[in-house]
Amino acid sequence: MERRSSLALLAVLFIGIALLYVPILVLIAYSFNASPLVNVWGGFSIAWYGQLLHNRQLLEAALLSVEVAFAASSGAILLGTLAAIALVRFARFRGRLLLTGMVNAPLVMPEIITGITQLLLFVSMVQLLGWPHRGFTTIVLSHITFCTAYVTITVQSRLQAADRSLEEAAQDLGATPARAFIEITLPIIAPAIISSWLLCFTLSLDDLVISSFVAGPGASTLPMVIYSKVKLGVSPDINALASLIVCAVGLCIIAARGLMIRGERRRTLAAPVA
Amino acid sequence: MRRTWAPGRWLIILPPLLFLLIFFLIPFAFAFKISFAETSPSVPPFTNVISFTPDHHLRLAATLGNYRYLLTDEVYGVAYLYSLRTAFFSTLICLLLGYPMAYAIARAPKSTQGLLLLIIMLPFWTSFLLRVYALEGIIRDTGFLNTVLLHLGLIREPLHIMRTSLALYLGIIYSYLPFMVLPLFATLEKLDPTLLEAAADLGSPPWRAFLDITVPLSIPGVIAGSMLVFIPAVGEFVIPSLLGGPNQLMIGRVLWDEFFGNHDWPVASAVAIAFLLLLVGPIAIYQYYNVRQLEA
Repeated sequence: MERRSSLALLAVLFIGIALLYVPILVLIAYSFNASPLVNVWGGFSIAWYGQLLHNRQLLEAALLSVEVAFAASSGAILLGTLAAIALVRFARFRGRLLLTGMVNAPLVMPEIITGITQLLLFVSMVQLLGWPHRGFTTIVLSHITFCTAYVTITVQSRLQAADRSLEEAAQDLGATPARAFIEITLPIIAPAIISSWLLCFTLSLDDLVISSFVAGPGASTLPMVIYSKVKLGVSPDINALASLIVCAVGLCIIAARGLMIRGERRRTLAAPVA
Repeated sequence: MRRTWAPGRWLIILPPLLFLLIFFLIPFAFAFKISFAETSPSVPPFTNVISFTPDHHLRLAATLGNYRYLLTDEVYGVAYLYSLRTAFFSTLICLLLGYPMAYAIARAPKSTQGLLLLIIMLPFWTSFLLRVYALEGIIRDTGFLNTVLLHLGLIREPLHIMRTSLALYLGIIYSYLPFMVLPLFATLEKLDPTLLEAAADLGSPPWRAFLDITVPLSIPGVIAGSMLVFIPAVGEFVIPSLLGGPNQLMIGRVLWDEFFGNHDWPVASAVAIAFLLLLVGPIAIYQYYNVRQLEA
């Protein structure tokens, strides 16, 4: 009975994982199909990848997306780390509940609502202050908003697990609280910060809905260009592009995960008692 | 007595607090305001709700017309209900599929656990849009599934899955399954195995112990996972837009069309506000369980 139920569990796990991976693997396989018809196999070819290099619109959009992702994830790790420190270290302060709520809500808020409300904010701000004009700046600002939430959650859990007595010892030896934090705790949470930078980078790179609202007429990010092409149907060069993105993002995630695990191991080595 | 961070505290608290206040919370106030405006052929395309007259009097020109329109035009009610129903059943199926998956991972040896989690997480972070596009490659009339089934002689005519409710369900389950598995795993992993041993020692069969101990203790994970699937699924845009047909009218798509198609910003704002009111309950539940779990 015990054995049979374990087998059933493994079967469900396997089916679930297959469901998650088969479409992606099929897509990657199709991207090497020489035939432009998606349901006919015309032999192995990398021609579609070559074509991408000549598509100016795609290249420009890709460049914009990478710039946005870089700026947004950098901004987000700054704000997210500060928010995590505030939430973990300061038990009571005015606005704590508000901050907790604002950190968690973007994780579940449907993107379409965030997108439209942020656009309305930017439009109203331009009316009142003359800033920010829609484009790079507005996309980055809105990406920072949802990325900050992910950073805070990741860093918060690492910070909670960090051994505080080391920092207290440093303070007893005369270090200022800020110095003790920077020299002792920051290295401990650094892997969490770096890995959340990578995660934010991929999130920002992927975002379609929020960017579509706040980008304005001039700027198009990579997902926006892909979406307008995909709306017209499956095309082989998009298969190639999608495979490239999926692989790049996959590597980012694996790197982020590796960092987290290494950080965890280092922490347990440093504090074997805990 | 150690020095505390007292004066410097606000240097840490204020930047994220102010940023999120300005760019996350205050936008809802603007959407709320604009939902009472009227469209106008200007830039931006709506009238001023609050303005000052030349003699410095505050003038309020609010209309309830947009909300009245939501109530009278059937499209919105139908789309809301359809979105709620689709999200509800997708969440249920995700739970039925995700629970055994999370359970299997939680019981796996620690060494393989990391790998299994990575396998689940990878699609979680991978481009949403591209994954929906990949699914389209599977379920299209000339897609992978039909090609294989036709080839094997299991079907004579291709199955028409695209532009049906089934496509929508498949899309949501495929895209959101990891959101269900990860929080479930987090609670199941924390479960103290000695409780199950104690139940077994006292003569409880494994299925009984599962129902009496494991299920109740995993409720926070069930709720967090369900909300992480349900709330975004209600507002889903990419999936109904790429996989659904004209009958699969979800509210996210209606909102998008109102905005980009009809350029009616005030009505789009009213749809967003009404939609948000519908989601306040589920979001509050999610927050409650999430905060409890983080601080546990």
